[in-house]
Amino acid sequence: MAKTELLSVEGLRLTVAHSQMDVVKGISFSVAPGEIVGIVGESGSGKTLAARAVMGLEPPAIRRTAGTIRFEGRDIAQLSPGDLRKLRGARVGMVFQEPMTSLNPSMLIGRQLDEGLALHRKLSPEERRTLILDMLRRVGLKDPEGALQSYPHQFSGGMRQRIMLASVMLLQPALLIADEPTTALDALVQRDVLELMVELTRARGTAVLMISHDLAMVARYTDRIIVMQKGEIVEEGATQDLLREPKDPYTRKLLTAMPHRLPARHIPDAAVPIVEVRNLVVEYGGRQGFLRKESGKRVLHGIDLSIKPREVVALVGGSGSGKTTLGRAIAGLLNPTGGEIRFAGRSIVPGSEGWNDYRLNCQMVFQDPYSSLDPRMTIGALVREALRLVPNMSSREKTERVREVLNEVGLGGDYAERYPHELSGGQRQRVAIARAVVRRPAFVIADEPVSALDVTVRAQVLDLFADLQERHGFSCLFISHDLGVVEQVADRVIVMQDGRIAEEGTRDAVFDAPQHPYTRRLLSAIPILVRTEQDGVRLRWRDEEASPDHGAGASRPEAYASLG
Amino acid sequence: MKLPAPNAILGGAIVGIVILSALSGALWTPFDPLKINFAARLQPPGPVYLLGTDEFGRDVLSRLMAAAATSVWISLLTVTAAVTAGTALGVFAGYVRGWTDRILMAFNDALLAFPGILLALGLLAVIGANKYGIILALGLAYTPSVARVVRGTVLSLREKEFVEASRVMGNSEVFTMARHILPNCVAPLTVLATSMFGWVLLSESALSFLGLGVPPPAPTWGNMLASSRSFIAQAVWLGIFPGLCISLTLLGINLLGDALRDKLDPRMRGV
Repeated sequence: MAKTELLSVEGLRLTVAHSQMDVVKGISFSVAPGEIVGIVGESGSGKTLAARAVMGLEPPAIRRTAGTIRFEGRDIAQLSPGDLRKLRGARVGMVFQEPMTSLNPSMLIGRQLDEGLALHRKLSPEERRTLILDMLRRVGLKDPEGALQSYPHQFSGGMRQRIMLASVMLLQPALLIADEPTTALDALVQRDVLELMVELTRARGTAVLMISHDLAMVARYTDRIIVMQKGEIVEEGATQDLLREPKDPYTRKLLTAMPHRLPARHIPDAAVPIVEVRNLVVEYGGRQGFLRKESGKRVLHGIDLSIKPREVVALVGGSGSGKTTLGRAIAGLLNPTGGEIRFAGRSIVPGSEGWNDYRLNCQMVFQDPYSSLDPRMTIGALVREALRLVPNMSSREKTERVREVLNEVGLGGDYAERYPHELSGGQRQRVAIARAVVRRPAFVIADEPVSALDVTVRAQVLDLFADLQERHGFSCLFISHDLGVVEQVADRVIVMQDGRIAEEGTRDAVFDAPQHPYTRRLLSAIPILVRTEQDGVRLRWRDEEASPDHGAGASRPEAYASLG
Repeated sequence: MKLPAPNAILGGAIVGIVILSALSGALWTPFDPLKINFAARLQPPGPVYLLGTDEFGRDVLSRLMAAAATSVWISLLTVTAAVTAGTALGVFAGYVRGWTDRILMAFNDALLAFPGILLALGLLAVIGANKYGIILALGLAYTPSVARVVRGTVLSLREKEFVEASRVMGNSEVFTMARHILPNCVAPLTVLATSMFGWVLLSESALSFLGLGVPPPAPTWGNMLASSRSFIAQAVWLGIFPGLCISLTLLGINLLGDALRDKLDPRMRGV
């Protein structure tokens, strides 16, 4: 058995040099030739470090303190630096997470692709050029000749990741390590890139070690899955088996943390919507010069929307669709070029009386919990600051309210005295939510509030958010690119494309019977896990034919309710 | 609690000694630093005059201590002035942006283009050489670099989501600036002010050396160094001790500045 393995890792232990803390605690796994293996885990699980150690690329502060790594039967610890370099690239390729920084911005694409080939293969420049052009064509570049003479910044993130893939696959490695290869990409592009990766590697018999936090994504493409938690492998098995019968509680937790649909709520119609936007236009970069007026780039082309009291409306779209701009304009963080925003029936203009009322009643939760909290303030002070401008509230009432809200978000006790850097990402986002709801606002804008969080933490924060929304009854504009999350929280969904509303409807209508082609493309890009009859989980794409026994609609909520 | 790095301890110790002798120099010195005693001209270092005497028979140690008091006081006031003015300017320019920022910064960059010492020389020629003239001149010369650093910090801070969060809460611009932006400028400012203290001390010594500092007979390290030149053959200690004072103090300040930077910059932590 061991003879046939391409890569075998035994008892690998990685230690932080200065604190003697183990970050990878003696793990063993192997990859057979041509096999696609996924390593799944949350941030801090050691999955990236383990994969980097395979190429001898662990960061300087991390030491390998035990274990052997054999690649094609050779112990890589015994290899000379020269032999190791020959291995890298030629036999083991790596695709990194961030396509924006993994290509050298000052080098032509052609030169960059040529570099590896020239180093590892003895070919004439003409032969190399032919190979490169072939490969660029294979990864779907429309104009390979032109691409050779272009710089990375001339391509989108998805295209860059294709080029990165091309540069790695050019050398026909025996093993490809893909570290969160599509996490930085749009949902739409993700699927294309992953399918291309699988297609290319299958065609050449390259084994793939795919590292991701996204279990559904990994499950879709891998033969085998390794689940890591806190530096240890908690479960390992064939993808189908693992989904059908997860043995480890942590794997089950990961599976149940996947977003799921809850039964639709009834939102009563109200005479006056809480927030109403009429023909909102935003342009960037427009400038009123001395003599001429330059018109800028129009990012929102006349948006109309209205949100009822207690309603959660999700704003969905790919990057560049204008959803964040719309949220910021409604929050009053940027001045719209045209149009009107009405709150509780009153038009709001900065400085007017309605504006102050709106300010007290409209709050926002930001995407990045690491930059949305002032690092020099304690949690208590951060939350209390939101009450500063609330009229007719005594200091004691404020203290009481802050304590109450912190308890509500699960940060009671001495958390009020701590500073943001002492908290985890999920806890920070709880603080941000506490700060938004402490005023009892009528309307909350949440801009990608969970996209920076790990899967299980995300599920907890979403539950908390839904709970608070139910209890305090604020309306919410929930901005997200993650359709899974949207499916779980939204009453109504608005799909945006290129600064316009492409489709709008109730959650069930949009998810089950999308009308607009863009919505259908968005939906088809995400794999979903559905529960099967045999007590397990099965994965499917939304555009696949739904089998009759678990159709798209009614059976799923109950199925999820009993899972885990 | 981990012990500070050795260079931080060394830097701190040197700066501590300088400040102590400056304090002492203002209140008490072994001899009167200004008292002329021709009977004891150019005495080499010995048991009575620990660091020797100068051409007028004045005790070098006493003069060095008195000079430390003058230099430290001038440098402190100068750094305070430059930091205050520069911060006000930088925060304002960084927060309002647009044309105001461009004009202010253009002016700022023009000032930055002159070496600080040259600028101070020119200003002193107009103001006249006295203690407060020096503080004004050096303060003006060092304000632009503070303004630059603060403006840059403010520009990056104001894009942070916590500043936006403050706006969403309805806080006024002034409140946001005072509550969220200024406190976050403190770390880079501390580092800058520390190293600036060293530059100012050096500039002040240089001005004194050129005869544009605190007017004699009041001692400064710079003018002691300058007057020692004529006696370098007979009394080498006259030059060595003030020179050592200047270079050791600068070394101490730089070590301390580096240690502060490591401590305050989270990117330098760990690893």
